[in-house]
Amino acid sequence: MADFWNDGEAIVDTAAPEGDIETRWERRKFSAKLVNPANRRKLTVIVVGTGLAGGSAAATLAEAGYHVKSYCYQDSPRRAHSIAAQGGINAAKNYRNDGDSIYRLFYDTVKGGDFRARESNVYRLATVSVNIIDQCVAQGVPFAREYGGLLDNRSFGGTQVSRTFYARGQTGQQLLLGAYQAMERQIGLGNIEMNARHEMLELIIVEGKARGIVVRDMVTGEITTEMADAVVLASGGYGNVFFLSTNAKGCNVTASWRAHRKGALFANPCYTQIHPTCIPESGTHQSKLTLMSESLRNDGRVWVPKRAEDCQKPAAQIAEEDRDYYLERIYPSFGNLVPRDIASRAAKNVCDEGRGVGPGGLGVYLDFADAIKRLGKKAVEAKYGNLFEMYQRITGEDPYEVPMRIYPAVHYTMGGLWVDYDLQSTIPGLFVVGEANFSDHGANRLGASALMQGLGDGYFVLPTTLGNYLANGPYEKISEDHEEVVAARAEVENRIKRLLEIDGDRTVDSFHRELGHIMWEYCGMERTEEGLTKAIGLIRALKEEFWQRVKVPGTGEQLNQNLEKAGRVADFFELGELMCIDALHRRESCGGHFRAESQTPDGEALRHDDEFSYVAAWEYATGESAKPTLHKEQLEFEYVHPSTRSYK
Amino acid sequence: MAVTGFLLVAFLYVHMIGNLKIFFGEETFDHYAHWLRSIGTPLLPEAWYLYIQRGVLTVAVIGHIVAAVILARRARLARPVKYAHRPKVQGSYAARTMRWGGVIVLLFVIYHILDLTTLTLNPHGVTGEVYRNVAEDFAPSRWYVTLFYTLSIVAVGFHLRHGLWSAVRTLGLQSPRGEIYARATALVLSVVLVVGYLSVPFAVLVGLVD
Amino acid sequence: MDIQVRVWRQSGPTDKGRMVTYDVKDISPDASFLEMLDVLNEKLILDGDDPIAFDHDCREGICGACSMVIDGTAHGPEKATTTCQLHMRHFKQGDTIDVEPWRAAAFPVIKDLVVDRTAFDTIIQAGGYITAPTGAAPEAHATPVPKKDADLAFEAATCIGCGACVAACPNGSAMLFTAAKVAHLGLMPQGQPERDTRVIDMLQAQDDAGFGGCTNMGECSQVCPKGIPLTLIGRLNSDYRKAIRKQV
Repeated sequence: MADFWNDGEAIVDTAAPEGDIETRWERRKFSAKLVNPANRRKLTVIVVGTGLAGGSAAATLAEAGYHVKSYCYQDSPRRAHSIAAQGGINAAKNYRNDGDSIYRLFYDTVKGGDFRARESNVYRLATVSVNIIDQCVAQGVPFAREYGGLLDNRSFGGTQVSRTFYARGQTGQQLLLGAYQAMERQIGLGNIEMNARHEMLELIIVEGKARGIVVRDMVTGEITTEMADAVVLASGGYGNVFFLSTNAKGCNVTASWRAHRKGALFANPCYTQIHPTCIPESGTHQSKLTLMSESLRNDGRVWVPKRAEDCQKPAAQIAEEDRDYYLERIYPSFGNLVPRDIASRAAKNVCDEGRGVGPGGLGVYLDFADAIKRLGKKAVEAKYGNLFEMYQRITGEDPYEVPMRIYPAVHYTMGGLWVDYDLQSTIPGLFVVGEANFSDHGANRLGASALMQGLGDGYFVLPTTLGNYLANGPYEKISEDHEEVVAARAEVENRIKRLLEIDGDRTVDSFHRELGHIMWEYCGMERTEEGLTKAIGLIRALKEEFWQRVKVPGTGEQLNQNLEKAGRVADFFELGELMCIDALHRRESCGGHFRAESQTPDGEALRHDDEFSYVAAWEYATGESAKPTLHKEQLEFEYVHPSTRSYK
Repeated sequence: MAVTGFLLVAFLYVHMIGNLKIFFGEETFDHYAHWLRSIGTPLLPEAWYLYIQRGVLTVAVIGHIVAAVILARRARLARPVKYAHRPKVQGSYAARTMRWGGVIVLLFVIYHILDLTTLTLNPHGVTGEVYRNVAEDFAPSRWYVTLFYTLSIVAVGFHLRHGLWSAVRTLGLQSPRGEIYARATALVLSVVLVVGYLSVPFAVLVGLVD
Repeated sequence: MDIQVRVWRQSGPTDKGRMVTYDVKDISPDASFLEMLDVLNEKLILDGDDPIAFDHDCREGICGACSMVIDGTAHGPEKATTTCQLHMRHFKQGDTIDVEPWRAAAFPVIKDLVVDRTAFDTIIQAGGYITAPTGAAPEAHATPVPKKDADLAFEAATCIGCGACVAACPNGSAMLFTAAKVAHLGLMPQGQPERDTRVIDMLQAQDDAGFGGCTNMGECSQVCPKGIPLTLIGRLNSDYRKAIRKQV
């Protein structure tokens, strides 16, 4: 097994202060060096991505006086995929007086992450959570309010306190628009140079420091080198390696992966979150999966027929006693509200038993008949009306009449580029924020925590820690003729040329789809040594085939959506392989990573804290047959002691 | 657009009330017509008021047209390439026919002035004999005049239905309830106007006025 | 099902462009409109043709990227639905469907169905924000917001900036887009200090960008995938009138 990787030296996060956890962030802020406001204008920061993390970071850095250059592949910064987040954002405001506190949010997040996250980072996240809400309200984010005019909260994702702030089912949209508007203000003032429809294709490192990026103008195809004093990646997650996911079609790993290839360690790539309540696939044309808020499980009951032969029958014809409400049966105390990973895996298990419903047997029922009987159709409509509408629009079925069909789908990736407490990667001057880094969620992310992390990083953490790095400057100006810059640019041009020249007989999408199948099958909800080993072989073969048979139409000097896709898919192959290697090496089940070999007698996830209580940070191996090197960052739990999650 | 429009609508209402006096008989009607010429006297010389009013109305009409032309020009510049598939009307027909409707109304106004103000095209055409001028004008044998008049008045109605509401909107009406109120008012005012104006030629047609 | 699509093809900003007809065979009624185009594109690529370029991203109706006029209606025949959420079950076997880009001078065509909507960002830059530097925010509960206002502000804020309102407007006006942002921010107490300058500056930016003037036709609201109400335009005009009066 160790054939797939080399063991390297341990890695340590030296940026986090030691001692009392409650004051660590205060102390780090104080110890961070400051840049004289007069000098900030002369310092340029590149921010790649304009989602919650990138948008908030760009706006805040520009407000602070830095010269910011922002890039996004979308036609406007407002379209970053943070916009699709539905549920809400956590904050330890304790407005409900229900016993919430920063410490409790910290505790829940570490526990929810299945003890694979850093205590320091999580505590800081909980600390800044309260500032995020203040900031967003000041920007005019129209959060849901009560009749008294105060902010409303709800309980989310099975927590026992109500700490989730929300704006109907469109919290991500509203928060993103807040950040986007702050950003547009700075663009208007000339403090941010916005480059929409630009894709980062390479990182430029000069003398060991991140000093710029190579970008392609997606409209004209022009390749340019953009120089800066520091580079911030806020390029999101890599769920699209599965082809079908709840991510936007354009979401990709390229920015992160290019940085990884240039030396940034990639941490915990196998930690992916699979969301249990998505609308199932309807056929081979399927291009993406749509998530429905998890809140549906508050009132809906999940079931499948007891007998496989009933699966083809309409739901109404299956008698009550022939239905298996499997979550209520297996997890009597949490029932339909078990955490995401457990609900997802249980759905896969019943479908694997042949008891799935709908096209291809890949679905389970989420039934509101009881809720409608109990609360009345009006009440159900008031609570879930927009979700029901969305479901009906996509499937053509009326969930008030027939039970919804749901199936798990890849939703979020906890893994990402390794960063220290300062959010700096292993490449000096390269900072990574939001979903693109690995830092705060451990092996599993709690509901309503992604928005919190993105904005926490961008508004509050990065501006402080990046300032510290820049204060260590000034860094010498780099000419675009510098050999490293020229080389990075040539690499990009050659790769594009190569992709266009293959002119094979298979489309990019057909490769992506096949890669997705492999990942879903072997590196999805349940992983085995055998499956992962097989997957690595399959991915390698497919990658080779890709570079021989892919057909990319058109030229590089125009808007060429297939060329964009081809570059992204090429990186997904390499990432997919690393994900499988990471999943293979982690012979334990934790959070979003379930290894079939590591389960309790009754089929629950079994962690091995003695062996695997570390962050797996992978170093890219250059050369075709070289193996990645594993660096372990040991995790210390001084405050929240590892315990087994139990939802029975 | 809104301000000039309101002025014109106000005139249309006053004009309509005057028209309806035809139902009180020839003498009353001719007397009313004569009175129009003497408003403001003796402060103003005879018919001055009328000319002031005509001046204001002309300015309003020109202002209205200039605004419309500017808007139409901007619209054309804002969409240099037209849709190949002609867009379906989703809003209201009244709104979509404002420009053509406006042109029809303008042509009618010109004809109407030549017909009943200057009497150039009037079959009776005797100054001061207003009642007879009208009665002869809409005589059953001249059904085509009545038809043109009817179509034009209906066009005015459509124009107002959207115009009135739109003017209120442009001047900044905001609440959803006010919205319903404004739409209803625009509809009622337009219908009343159409009925009021059409009552005259149809009265002539059925012999109520002859 | 089998259908035909007539699609606007334009190789670049300077190309004249034309409608081209394609046969699409054996499409599942459960496929979305964009998935139908994906299937067509796969075939075009393998046949050695240039695939159709179109903007799309989230494919769940929220990012606002997708932008097609389908049979003369922005986002197609279904009410309150973006193109990505429109499914083929709403069409019939044998239909010929016309697909065109948003048509507006302010949204120039980049390629095929892809247009440049930077003008919307420019309008926001002119004033579509509340100045709230990071870190300077007061406690969130310091200013209560009446629920009614918060709800209405939210309704206005659900605009996804897709541009369907412009595409459908016979005048090519962006009034509904601007009005939605003016209403959202103007309804929040935090938005009051900049309320007057916001509406004046945003309208100026809108006119400067080459959008047409609003004549309250109401087509915008009809095609808006988020159902942004037309009344917001009245609200904008009211704000504008008051702001101008104060200026004078």
